[in-house]
This record gives sequence, structure tokens and C-alpha cells, in this order.
Amino acid sequence: MSAAVDTLRLTAEDALGLVERREVSPAELHGAYLEAIGERDGELHCYLRTVAEAEGTSIPIALKDVISTRGVETTAGSRILSGYVPVFDSTVAARCKAAGLTLLGKTNTDEFAMGSSTENSAFGPSRNPWDPSRVPGGSGGGTAAAVSAGLAPWGLGSDTGGSIKQPSALCGNVGLRPTYGTVSRYGIVAFASSLDQVGPVAKTVRDVALLYRIIAGRDAADSTTVELPSAVELPSAERLEGLRVGVPRQAMALEAIEPGVRAAFEAALELVEELGAEVGECDLPLSFDYGLPCYYLIAPAEASSNLARYDGVRYGRRSEGESYREMVEGSRDEGFGDEPKRRIMLGTYALSAGYYDAYYGQAQKVRTLIVREHASAFEKFDVLATPTSPTVAFPLGDRTADPLAMYACDLLTIPSCVAGLPGLNVPCGFSEGLPVGLQLIGPQFGENALFRAGHALERALGLDLVPARLRA
Amino acid sequence: MTWEPVIGLEIHVQLKTRTKMFCRCPVGFGAAENTQTCPVCLGFPGALPVPNSTAIEWVVRLGLALGCEIAPRAVFARKNYFYPDLPKGYQISQYDLPSCINGRVLVPLPNGDHAVGIVRAHLEEDAAKNVHVGGRTGRIGGADYTLVDYNRGGTPLVEIVTAPDIHSAEEAKRFLQLLRQTIVELGISDAEMEKGTLRVDANVSVRPEGSDELRTRCEIKNMNSFTHIARGIEAEVERQVAVWESGGEVEQHTYDFDVATGTLTPRRAKEEADDYRYFPEPDLLPVEPSAALVEQLRAGLPELPAERIRRVGETLDHERALVLVTGGLDALWRDTVAAGAEAVAASNVIANQLVGAGVDPGGVDPAELAKLVEARERIPRQAFDEAIARVAEPGFSAAPYLAREAVSDAAALEPIVDAILAANPAQVEQYRGGKEGLLGFFVGKVMKETKGQADARAVNELVRTKLNVDV
Amino acid sequence: MAITAEQVLHVARLARLDLTDDEVERLTGELGAILDAVSKVSELDLSDVPPTSHPLDLVNVWADDAPHDSLPLEDVLRNAPASERGLFRVPPTG
Ligand SMILES: [Zn+2]
Repeated sequence: MSAAVDTLRLTAEDALGLVERREVSPAELHGAYLEAIGERDGELHCYLRTVAEAEGTSIPIALKDVISTRGVETTAGSRILSGYVPVFDSTVAARCKAAGLTLLGKTNTDEFAMGSSTENSAFGPSRNPWDPSRVPGGSGGGTAAAVSAGLAPWGLGSDTGGSIKQPSALCGNVGLRPTYGTVSRYGIVAFASSLDQVGPVAKTVRDVALLYRIIAGRDAADSTTVELPSAVELPSAERLEGLRVGVPRQAMALEAIEPGVRAAFEAALELVEELGAEVGECDLPLSFDYGLPCYYLIAPAEASSNLARYDGVRYGRRSEGESYREMVEGSRDEGFGDEPKRRIMLGTYALSAGYYDAYYGQAQKVRTLIVREHASAFEKFDVLATPTSPTVAFPLGDRTADPLAMYACDLLTIPSCVAGLPGLNVPCGFSEGLPVGLQLIGPQFGENALFRAGHALERALGLDLVPARLRA
Repeated sequence: MTWEPVIGLEIHVQLKTRTKMFCRCPVGFGAAENTQTCPVCLGFPGALPVPNSTAIEWVVRLGLALGCEIAPRAVFARKNYFYPDLPKGYQISQYDLPSCINGRVLVPLPNGDHAVGIVRAHLEEDAAKNVHVGGRTGRIGGADYTLVDYNRGGTPLVEIVTAPDIHSAEEAKRFLQLLRQTIVELGISDAEMEKGTLRVDANVSVRPEGSDELRTRCEIKNMNSFTHIARGIEAEVERQVAVWESGGEVEQHTYDFDVATGTLTPRRAKEEADDYRYFPEPDLLPVEPSAALVEQLRAGLPELPAERIRRVGETLDHERALVLVTGGLDALWRDTVAAGAEAVAASNVIANQLVGAGVDPGGVDPAELAKLVEARERIPRQAFDEAIARVAEPGFSAAPYLAREAVSDAAALEPIVDAILAANPAQVEQYRGGKEGLLGFFVGKVMKETKGQADARAVNELVRTKLNVDV
Repeated sequence: MAITAEQVLHVARLARLDLTDDEVERLTGELGAILDAVSKVSELDLSDVPPTSHPLDLVNVWADDAPHDSLPLEDVLRNAPASERGLFRVPPTG
């Protein structure tokens, strides 16, 4: 039976249909994906571990390894959490369970979700299914590559400054970073609390909307969550009449955007117009000038504090020491990789006496301006559009030597993250045979508008998103 | 030169909410180690804090009782440092935007009210408990290893910071007695120093009397009773005065008060200066109590101890008023007086005999107590003591004790008095020579001889008559 | 915006990272470059702008003071690197 399931092309929605009609059992479906993982994950390294038993009544799901799963090791891609087995489920994992989804496994991530290529994973990088010599993006490269390579029908990632949207763009699938506060962070290994959001990754916009419906909504265990003001709508319209799409002038002026990416994005925009949408320019000058510096102060500052709990006392790696202090310093030095150390150092410095006002305090004020600037753009537009990543997937090792070059991967995704707004990556074409993603930004709680626009564009484009080298 | 102490206090009060500040683990003593813990208070990856609504109401209640302004917006911050009893690597505490600011407490003193400013009162979470094991001394420095129990970790604490408005150890003690009673009566904490639910640190400096300069201050910690606090402050004041007077300079330092020796031990200096890197806790939202809630809490405040000390002080002297109110005894006193007892006598019986007998004042029927107070010199001493010991028992009636008439019949007492005077000729001589204080000596002997059954007034009368007449 | 090796060491002590000499040297350069880039935020005069510590316009989210079950001790200690008699064990803090 599992042989009949083509995991490369099966959408989650179709898989749900198969299970509902009892054409395939949850266990068979789970088995089919494990089989595919067995075939292809040796090369791609999307999974840090898989779960053999299908526990659930529905289809499988892959969870990024920052999402705590009771009884299943959760490392956040870090040596310091190697062997750590949560004794509780994160709220999103519990909601997936309650929906009957079976846990396929935990996917690779840059250590503590800090990175844009998964090369910062302590357990080795994942690879892009379109070209294994290239990165899948990050930090959620494992989930994105798994979905594109048919190793999971869908999955959950976490996004702080682009960790869902950017890998989806580089792997050619759909990823949603939801409005801050609509999905619980309880049980998510924290990176930067005021920015982290969990969101779905899938083959289609409708799949993403279906999964968002499962995970979204207020959670009593996370004070910063809210109930959705309106129910999640599954998009079906194929036209975009009445939709106003704004393109930030300052985003398109960035030289970092590769010509092939720009061309694919502009072609898609023309299509959006043909579908009946109104496309115009808008201005977000401060957001694109100051968004990245603002983010690289706030996120490391919060991270430096969030990562203080890894002290070798209650869980995780401990290195021996004569004194408590020696033990803590040794455990942290051996347990953390270069990128977390860099961010802990940066954040500690930015918060330390004498520097708070100039760095963290100032960044929080810049954040206010970025929020305001986006709010005024949404007075004229329903959604904003930019390329998601300035480049297509780059070769492994290309940017590892230069932290600033790696940070620039998120140039286009960061401003709306800082503003707490939802963003959706929709594949919009190819450049050099690699996927290009279009980022749709919505106002707060504007997910339905993103789904509607993304779905119509996806239908109109009709791209084959199975990596060429994997097509039968 | 005369020196004036300048003292500010930092007080931590553990709230007696049912659950912890940021998780719903139960709070309480006596549970097995680490069995009142969860992912939140153990700092497991991904766990998030959710504030306790009762703790948030209680800090506002306390702030109102201390005359504070209630902040329209309070914000929790993270105080970052490493210690095994701090599972997240930071303590959540209100910092630059606390719930209560700018309060003032009027402490009734014998010579009038003394104002102590309240700089702030804020909410935070308590640390866990480290147990140091092994080593020669069993103290931190000599321990072989440390064990950590997270049960206490995350218990709600209110930190109260006073202005440096206190100028003697005695004032500090009076202020703390009053504060403690206020907290207990608000029902928000047991505030017991021995249990650690009330902890006090003192910042002490001295200055020449009459000047308003602020000199270098030192902090004293680890004092576990009001008496120790007073002794610790006195010792520190003495030390600082000696330093200044010998031409030295007081250096800022923290001392532990050693209860056993009454001395101050300097704490070891830290390797790097405190740099707690405070920033707003991003996992929590601001606290913005509505004006309606604040007014509702204000309206619900009971009459506060300070006001009652003043009121009781109109009838009794200040010292008696203070003892009654800070002992939580003034309500019983008021009702006993209302039932017919004489005010000073009632105060003495309640503050001395009743407390001495360990009687719960809450269980006492004031009408019955009033009868005992009124009859206290008429009935046998033994009967009175027995009655006091049982006065809080349900259905207690004074009548059987009042019926136990004392022996006042001169015919019965006279032989005993005569015998005692005869047995103590030297004392009789001294009395007659003018040492009239010896009257009590003879009365006591008679009372002892009669096993407490004699009427004290009658004995008094008889002894006096015999000593004065039979010259 | 340069940062000195001394400052890097001080920050590493605050963050409890026992960095090697190589790491100190590398981080001194890297942090200097990053700080240079992020210092851009101080170009702006923002004296009138309130800070945003949170993208959600939400206040007063509290929970009732009603106890939930705590973890079983077995779960509390499941991941502990060292424990003794139900307590977490660490080297001496002195
Ligand atoms: Zn707890």
C-alpha cells in the first residue's frame, strides 16, 4: 500500500483525504515517509532523529528540533542539549497530537535557531534537495528540505528573523511566520522571546492554512498569546480583485537582491496584477535601513538571557569542575557552538552597564518606528510583497567565515518580524534552476489575506515544486 | 561629637498565596525536596511564566496600606546572574517600573509619630534552596558539594525598600513590628523571621548629629529576629563611629550578623562588580491595574495597626498600646473593656497573663474575661491562673472560678501572719526601720503558706496593720 | 566601534563562557565588526519615541491562584547530570 503513496507530490490535504477515506492507514502513511527518509535523508540530513511508531489517527508531521516533545530527545541543534529528553510536550506538539498527527521525527536546525543555513547545527548541516551542494536555508532548513524532498507532508518551524520564510524560499515550499502572539511558544526552546513564533511549512498555501488552524490560538501557558480575532479561512478564490499589494521601494532598491531573484519576483508581481490585484509602491525607509541593526541588538540581548539556563545543573551537558563556577563555565564553553557564543557575547555586551541605553534601549525605540511605519503602509495596502531572500540557495561554506554576510540573508524578512507581523513565503519561480520565494507581509492578524493572495498566486503560477533531480 | 545613625531597610516578604509567582506549583513547607516543581520553576527549556493574579492584587493591597502610589503600569524585568538556586539564570523582578512607589508610614513612637518613607514595594520570585554538604565546617566555603531543592524557587516575594529615614536601632525595631503586624493583618503573609517568610537587610551609615550629609553605608544581612536586627544595627553603628573617630574612612561593604557572637563578619568580595543586565521580561506583559480595582482594594483595607496604636494610646500609655496592637491583642482588649473591665488592668492581663499562658486571643469571650479581670485580686491566685489558661476554651464560664472565694477571714489568717513575722525578726526590724518595700516579702510568704487561697488584699491589710501597730 | 580583548573577557565572565585565547582573539574582531554595523541605531534621535518591548498591545494577563499538579520526582530528575536523594547535585559554590 505504501508503495502507492508518492510522498514527493502528496499534499497534506490529499494525505488527510486518503486517511479519512481509509484508503491508507496512519501507520502506512507514516511508514511511507519513513521509507522515503531511509532512501534520501542520508544525503540531505533533514532529520536529527525519527520516530518509528505512528502514534495518532491522522497524517504524519515533522517538528523542528526546538519544539519540545515529551519522551523524544530535543536538542535545538546544540551539543549542550545532546541527550535532553523533555518530560513535557510543547503546546504546539500537544495540539498536533490532539489533532491525531503522528510525529515523524525532529528536524535539523541551526544551533538554537541561530543561523540562515543550518550550517550552525552541532550535528552537521542539512542539504538542499534541489542541489545537495547548497544550503537549504535556516535556521529551519531541516523542516523545509524535508517537505520539499517528500520526507514529510508538512512540518513546524520557528521563526525569529526569517527561520521559516527563508528556508521555504530556498527549498521551494510555503512557509508561514504567524502574527506574534497567535501561536504558543510554550515548550519552544527560546531564542529571542519577543520575536520567536512557531509556524507551518508545507507544499501548498492551503496546507499551511490547515496546519495553522491546528496550532493557533490562545494558550494559558503562554501569557503572550491571544485568541485569533477571526477564524482561519481555507483559501479557494483564484482571482485577486480588490486586493491592494504594496511593494516597499526601499526593499527593491537593495543591491543585495540577485538579478535572477528580482526577475522572478517582478514576473510574479505582474501575474498578481493580471489576477486583478492593484499593485503600488510604498515606503518603509527606516525599516530597511535600521531593521537589521535593530534586530541584531534585540535578538542577541534576549538570547543571552534565554541561554543562561544552560548551566549543567538540571539537564544537558555538564563538564566536570572543581567548583560550581568552573563547572558552569566549562559546560557552556564546551556545549555552545560559535554562533550562540557570538550572540551571547553580543547580547551580554548590549545589556551591560553603560551600554543599555545606546544599544538595547535605542533598538527598542527603533522597533517602535518600524511598527509605526508598517502600520501606516497598511493604511493603503492589504498586503506587502518583496522577495523573501535576496539570493537563491548558496553553496555550503560560502558564508560561514563571515557572520555579517550570513546575517544579511535575512535583510528582507527581518523588518516585519521586528514589527510582529505575519509573513508568508510563496514560491514564485526559479533562478539558475533553484527556487525563488516571494514574501507576502500582512497586517497584525492578517493571515487570511496572506492565504488568499498566496493561494491565487500559487494556482496561477502552477510551478512544479518537486526538485528536478528527484522527479521520477 | 555626637553621631546620628542613618538607616534604611530592605524587607522581603514571602506571600502566602496558594501557588508560586509564575507557575501553579503549590507553595508550602514540609513537602519532600523537589516535589513542588514543574518545567517553569525548574527552568526547563521552553517553559514560560504566567503571573499569579492574587500576588498582583496583594502587592497593591500592601502598597495601599503603606501609603504608596500604585503604578498605572508596572513591568517585570529580568535580573541576570548565575547561581544554582536560580534555575533560569535570571530572576524575574519588577525593576524600574515597580507596582508601588512613594509611600509613607507613620510609626507611632512614645514622643509622637515618626515618618518613614517607602521608596518602593515590588514583586519578584524567590530563589530555590542550596544545601551545602560536607566539608569541615559545613559552611559554604568548606563544602564538598551543593544540593539544590527547587521547592521554594518561584515563591512570590514582595520587596519593600524604605528611605534612610530611621535613626536608631530602636526605631528600626518599632517600624518593623508595625510593618509586620500590618502584613499579617492584611492576610498576605505569615511574616515570620524564623521561618524566613520575613527577611530584613539594613543599610547603615552614620553622620554628625545635625548634618544632612549621607556618608558611605554598609549593608548588614542574615539577621533573623527583630532583636538581632537591633543588635546588628547597634554593632555596625558603633563600628562606623569608631572608624570615623579614629580618623579612618568607612568603606562600603556587606556584613553578616553572627547571632551567636553578636559580631559582624564581612562577606567575601565578588570577583566582578554586580552587572545584572536588567531588561524588560519579554515573556510577560505589563501590569496595569485599573483605577476601579485599586479603589476596590483600597476600600477593602482594614483599619491599620498604626491608626489603632494611636487610638488605643488615647486610653493607655504608648507602650501598652504598642504591645497590644503589634501583638494583635487590641481587639480583645477593646471588647473586654467594653464588657466592663478597667482599661489598664485588662491590658495587663491580656498582654501578660494571657500571652504568657499561650492563649489564642481569638477564642476568648470578652465578657467572661472581663469578669476575671475584675475579680483578679479577689479570687485565689491559683483560681485566676487556672481560669486564664482555659479562658479560650469553647463555652468557658468564669463563674466557677469566681465562686472560689479567697480566705479573707482575719481569724484564719492571723495565726499564719503572726508565725511568719516571728520567724523573720530581721526583716521585721528592717521594715520598721523604714524599708517598707519588704511588705511584699511578708505577703508572699503568707500567700505561699496558704497555697494561694488567701485574699491578697486582706493579707496585705493584715500584715501592714501588724507591722505598724505591734511596736 | 572597537571592542577591546579586555572587554571581551569581561563580557565572557559575565556570560560564564570560559573562552580560549583563540576565541577571545577571534571574537574581539567579529564583535567589533558587528557592533560597528549595529551602532547605526544610535544615529537616530529618538528622545521622544517610546520603546517597544513587545509587538502585542496586551496587558494584565494573569492566572488564578489555583494549584496544578507538580512533576513527579522521576521527571524532575530525569535529565539531571547528577543528583542525590531527590536533589540536584553540583560542585561546591564556594
Ligand atoms: Zn512550578
